[in-house]
Amino acid sequence: MSRTTALSMSLRNALMMVIFTLAFTGLMASVYQATKEPIAASAEEEKMKLIGEVLPRGDYDNDLLKDYLDIGTPPELGLKDAGRVYRARKQGEPVAVLLEAVAPDGYSGNVGLILAVRRDGRVIAVRVTEQRETPGLGDYVDIHKDKKKDSPWITQFNEIGFAQVSQADWKLKKDGGRFAYHTGATISARAVTNATRRAVQFFEANKEKLFNLPTGGNLK
Amino acid sequence: MTIYSDISYNGLWKQNPAVAQILGMCPVLAISTSVVNGISLGLATALVMALSNMCSAALRNFIPYEIRIPVFILIIAALVTAVDLAMNAYLHSLYLVLGIFIPLIVTNCIVLARIEAFAAKNETAPAAFDGWMMGIGLTAVLGILGGIREFLGTGQLFSGIEMVIPGTHALQILPEDYPGFLLAILPPGAFITLGCLVAAKNWLDARAARNTAALQAAHA
Repeated sequence: MSRTTALSMSLRNALMMVIFTLAFTGLMASVYQATKEPIAASAEEEKMKLIGEVLPRGDYDNDLLKDYLDIGTPPELGLKDAGRVYRARKQGEPVAVLLEAVAPDGYSGNVGLILAVRRDGRVIAVRVTEQRETPGLGDYVDIHKDKKKDSPWITQFNEIGFAQVSQADWKLKKDGGRFAYHTGATISARAVTNATRRAVQFFEANKEKLFNLPTGGNLK
Repeated sequence: MTIYSDISYNGLWKQNPAVAQILGMCPVLAISTSVVNGISLGLATALVMALSNMCSAALRNFIPYEIRIPVFILIIAALVTAVDLAMNAYLHSLYLVLGIFIPLIVTNCIVLARIEAFAAKNETAPAAFDGWMMGIGLTAVLGILGGIREFLGTGQLFSGIEMVIPGTHALQILPEDYPGFLLAILPPGAFITLGCLVAAKNWLDARAARNTAALQAAHA
């Protein structure tokens, strides 16, 4: 007797659990459907905002996100997942490329970067997209955390290419190079500086292909 | 109406989740680096707590006792997912700041604790109110904790508010050249500050108890 009640109770509980699971999965699914489009739109907007920081809107007139090249994971850029390069053009003429890079040697993990490089190899601007550097110490590499609002650290790469600063000099002053850093917080700045140099190296090595391959193509 | 004032008193002071029950420490310590972060996560938690208490209380007669915990977790997880998606869609920049802490509300044991301790035994309306008030109690502590840490650590208050209310900006309380006090921003600062808040609450409670006792003695 007690055995049948135990069995029927288990069955009842299992059934209730299934009903609740279905009901709440349904709830989650409908919220997902309802928010899908706004989420995609805000992700796109976020991306354009970030791009706008390194590549002024007026510099190009093509639909940037539709003019891209898949580049896989070239070692110079340090990407974990396959990367994509966007090409800015004005009246069909190449203006700049937009690269993503990762500095693997930040003080606490990866520092994600986005940078635009002009056709002649000069960096337009670099921005940190992701970092976990020590707050108030190493996080000045992120322009939004930098206390020097009038001349943030990261802007010293603006309009610099290998023609302006040679590859050998593209280092922190502490390492015998040209770029300034904040005393006591070298590691974050070094990681960003070196990653930027490698990204420009990647650009210089692949310049022709980066601009000329048809959109949707693959660098390899 | 006295039940509602009891609930408010419990949530905001007597059984405050952060300084009396000391439950849900992971978000309290991790996100309370600034007022805006603390209050934002606190309000998201309060919303989830109100909704999950409401759902659980409304369904309490249909939930078999033996499987109540999995069902409660299911309810919490579904609601957190909904809040997570909604924030991603409609408050995207804030979502970027709170990042992984929104999904982590699921694991915040204060949410489950209030369902088990209150919602499972009470009517829907008081249960929803209890969840909200507990959440507001948590929010208040997160805000104070965030304020103290932000002020000591950076000399500012309300940094990041432009992400919630566009057009506003942070208050610079101390002079611009305030060197910052890193300890306050790092995790140890969270423990130390929270310890001080717990001590302050206990001191105030003890003083109130002493006064009451003295008053009674005088009357006797």
